[in-house]
Amino acid sequence: MDAHTIERLGDELYDAWKARRVLSPLIEREPNISLRDAYAIQLRTVSRRVDAGETIVGKKIGVTSKPVQDLLGVFQPDFGQLTSGMVRSESEGVDLNQLIQPKAEAELAFVLERDLQGPGITATDVIRATAYVAPCFEIVDSRIRDWKIKIQDTVADNASCGVFLLGDVKGDPRKLDLTLAGMVLRKNGELFSTGVGAAVQGSPVNAVVWLANTLGELGLPFRAGEIILSGSQSSLVPVTDGDELVCQVGGLGTCRARFHGRSAL
Amino acid sequence: MNISLSREDIARLTDRIEAAQVNAKAIPKLTDDFPGMTLADGYAVQMELRRRWLAQGRRQTGWKAGLTSKAKMQQMGVNVPSIGFLLADMARPENSAVTTSDLVHPRVECEVAFVTKTRLAGAKVTRDEVLAATDFVVPAIEIIDSRFSGFKFDLPSVVADNGSSARYVAGGRARYADELDLDTLGVVMEKNGEAVTMSASAAVMGHPADAIVLLVSVLHELGEDLPVGSFVMSGGITEAIAVKAGDYVTARYQELGSVSVRFV
Repeated sequence: MDAHTIERLGDELYDAWKARRVLSPLIEREPNISLRDAYAIQLRTVSRRVDAGETIVGKKIGVTSKPVQDLLGVFQPDFGQLTSGMVRSESEGVDLNQLIQPKAEAELAFVLERDLQGPGITATDVIRATAYVAPCFEIVDSRIRDWKIKIQDTVADNASCGVFLLGDVKGDPRKLDLTLAGMVLRKNGELFSTGVGAAVQGSPVNAVVWLANTLGELGLPFRAGEIILSGSQSSLVPVTDGDELVCQVGGLGTCRARFHGRSAL
Repeated sequence: MNISLSREDIARLTDRIEAAQVNAKAIPKLTDDFPGMTLADGYAVQMELRRRWLAQGRRQTGWKAGLTSKAKMQQMGVNVPSIGFLLADMARPENSAVTTSDLVHPRVECEVAFVTKTRLAGAKVTRDEVLAATDFVVPAIEIIDSRFSGFKFDLPSVVADNGSSARYVAGGRARYADELDLDTLGVVMEKNGEAVTMSASAAVMGHPADAIVLLVSVLHELGEDLPVGSFVMSGGITEAIAVKAGDYVTARYQELGSVSVRFV
């Protein structure tokens, strides 16, 4: 795909994000978008956000579970870039007015205390480089109409990033069983879904290893201080004004997200 | 509970269930012949089966709660949990070989089992009372085996069939309940080395101890209590997975170690 088309599609996605409106699936208009093209489009949209004043604060890993990979017909995860404008906190909650068609996912976040340069990174390296892990919510959002996404659409759309918030609790990965830690998600006090770390690439740390090595192939390092969202351990939760989600990670603690306002769709 | 069947019918249905269990032969669900059968009738059959088997000198080790998770209720198409009794001769050692020739169509589930140190009784025990009465918890694999064709049943039939109880394997690491967050324990079940199903323990009624609360209330309705030293399985955390001869199953639990069993 030529550079001009990549730029145009990236700009369209950026404009859609800014105006909070949706586009028809890119793959319907440009059936030949490769995964590589999709990442180039993503880079364009993210660059536009950085040009507008945001900074890169980390990465998210998506499409990490077998059911979602089967749904999208892929055999590996994808990734997107987290920017400063996506950061929310437990105390402020999530203002849905800034989103289009959000859904929440419960995950484990890794916060790095040193750089990691792939390829050749193993799980041991990731644990050594991790300052702490925290339970978190990622609020995914799509600039594609009705979430009718193929893998190229979601990758181009920055892996359907919306906003995210980390729980205040911090865990030492050297003291936790990240593979077998249970994940319990409650919505407005009611049990919504149960999961376990192993649902993410066998273990959340494996997802981080995958991304370190995937980015390494492109010459991109993880930087100290970056936040890595390792992939959903829950089903997608629809959220609306007044909802409260709490996720509990066994041995670690909880993250609480309160939602207010009204999303565009 | 309202028993609608006559004593003769209950004895007749118990004969059917007993024969199906002893001969590992599938039968149609009981409600095909007795469409008016109630949940109480189901328990009347189960209690008659228990009476007969205890009279043979078999020892009861405890009880099981079943159909306690949404996943299991959806899988089986019922919406109320059930209980069944456990006998010492249903227990198999950890890492042992379980024969399948004397089972109809076995499936495995991972569960948290509670071992009690004080008696629990009454219609309304609380979660805290259950935890206070718990000596320790252990991980377990329950091998269920419905005696009904195609694993197709309704609540009265499955209750009569002793909640599909067949075999069980307790193992892993015993822990004090108060040292654990019993609702956030992650569990992964592997069959022949591959993860086949996984979840967290809150899948059982929000908290596995709540399944024991329910079990004690059902026992109360049946005029029974939960004696000291009972081994009580709280219900499958994950969906049940079919197994056959040659399969090797490991359930891995956060904080509780693992339990393995193979099938021959």
